[in-house]
Amino acid sequence: MSSRHTYRRLYVWEMPVRVYHWLNALSICVLGVTGFLIGKPFTVSLAQEASGQYWFGTVRFLHFTAGYVFLFNMLVRTYWGFVGNRFAAWDKFIPMTRKAWQDIVEVLRIDILQTRGTGRIPLGHNRLAGLIYFVTFLIFMFQGLTGFALYGPMSHSVLGKLAAWVVPLMGGELVVRQWHHAMLWFYVLFTVVHVYLVFYHDYVEGRGTTSSMVGGWKFEREDLLED
Amino acid sequence: MPGARHSLWDVMRDKGYSRRDFMQFCTFAATAAGLGTQATAAVAKAFEKKDRPPVLWLHFQECTCCSESFIRASHPLVADVLLDAISLDYQETLQAAAGHAAEKCKNDVMKNYAGKYILLVEGSVPTKENGVFCVIGGRTAEDLLQEAAKGAAAIVAWGNCASYGCVQAAKPNPTGATGIQKLVGKPVINVPGCPPIADVMVAIVTHILLFGRLPELDAQGRPKEFYGRRVHDTCYRRPYYDAGLFVESFDDDGARKGYCLYKMGCRGPVTNNACAVTKFNGGTSYPIQSGHGCLGCSEKGFWDNGPFYRHLPSFPGFGIESTADSVGLALGAGAAVGVAAHAVSTNIRKRKLIHDQVAEAVQDTPVSEKVD
Repeated sequence: MSSRHTYRRLYVWEMPVRVYHWLNALSICVLGVTGFLIGKPFTVSLAQEASGQYWFGTVRFLHFTAGYVFLFNMLVRTYWGFVGNRFAAWDKFIPMTRKAWQDIVEVLRIDILQTRGTGRIPLGHNRLAGLIYFVTFLIFMFQGLTGFALYGPMSHSVLGKLAAWVVPLMGGELVVRQWHHAMLWFYVLFTVVHVYLVFYHDYVEGRGTTSSMVGGWKFEREDLLED
Repeated sequence: MPGARHSLWDVMRDKGYSRRDFMQFCTFAATAAGLGTQATAAVAKAFEKKDRPPVLWLHFQECTCCSESFIRASHPLVADVLLDAISLDYQETLQAAAGHAAEKCKNDVMKNYAGKYILLVEGSVPTKENGVFCVIGGRTAEDLLQEAAKGAAAIVAWGNCASYGCVQAAKPNPTGATGIQKLVGKPVINVPGCPPIADVMVAIVTHILLFGRLPELDAQGRPKEFYGRRVHDTCYRRPYYDAGLFVESFDDDGARKGYCLYKMGCRGPVTNNACAVTKFNGGTSYPIQSGHGCLGCSEKGFWDNGPFYRHLPSFPGFGIESTADSVGLALGAGAAVGVAAHAVSTNIRKRKLIHDQVAEAVQDTPVSEKVD
């Protein structure tokens, strides 16, 4: 109990990763709110002619614009997964080794059973977070495909045409719309759990998890550093 | 009608149509086929010279609304000409012949014009229990379909039944009803709708007669010409949608003013059809114009996408009144409760952590700029 630990500050999240994160958060917020409104709009009766009013058109415009930002942001991040530092690398998201799965169990024990943990928690994404982010990438892709499939018929967008095959595959536009809408709730759940867990890990570990996405630095005990 | 076949013009002349009637028909045909009026001369030439292909029209599991729609094409001349002159050799509802005479007529066409006749199919085909749910003249629908499809030059599936199975194929689909596309293994022109728009049906038959080949089809086998756009995107109420003015109930002020029916479950945004452009009954109206949302009758499985009067259908597996939103909200509330409980227990734990940490004493060290 009386040992003195030295902490080192390490640059973990590079600028593109941080920009991706906040741009992604922003576009998801815009997409979520406008998307919910598109699914459940309310009538805005202003004291003017219908021709002078365009609020729902604006909501949809914001949704589509945010959709483009979201998509290209994701593509840039995917690229960065191959050229960025080791914390940003694509293989951090897919548990392919036995060790990775053991780490996932370990994190589950820390998060749910609230045990102290036996080994060190990786400096970058922990293995469970990595896996969940991988699932979110798949759902991002699903939302992108279904979104542009629905957007395609009313635009000249090449992306819409590229996603047109989704509609017959899923059995009609209503089904596509239904699932595109249902997945909105995945983001809600993800946001609740993600934000909470970031705070939780910062709260009990004190390694600067929360601020790391702003400045990029994290802290690690020197005796636990591998290299 | 075995024996020598004649061109459309020959037949029309024999029936007493004037040259003017014929040219009117050709103008309509050129327009319907998307050629424009300047192509009328070429169309007239084709209909003067080309032999009319014989047409077989089969009925299976259906309500005959497609036939009813067809005979109400907006241009009476067109309907007359098509019914008189396309040589509809077999149409159970409309043919004069009955029994063996009718069957003989059909068999003659299939034998003498193999590879040349046009097959129009109305109704779905049951596949369960060896197809006993639809038997005509002692033979199952599938048997009759396969026989007729073998030698057909073109096959058209009329309506949602022949395209996707319609109401017969709604869950639990007791007869195993299915559209004909997957049974015949040949390109099929799907003309879904319940019923399809009469003028669209006529235009498609005209297209085949005129060009002798299928119109351009989309991924679901529907002619792009008529199913390339959503009802919503061509709807005259669309400006109210963009303005955010919606009907909230069928007797409110918005309904009276003709606001958008989006919130009343209108399926216009997810339905591809020409209703808002062509309309029904000679351009009189279409469902949305008469104040009722679109049911999506030209979409696959529209009967199972209920309730009709709600924007999003029920969420599969969670009961008929559940929406994705109610399921999502329950999950979101669950997550929030879980997180709150976790936060409480974390705070209890944190007391011990702070206690341990005091003894540990973190030492401040120079900043490391080491990347990675």
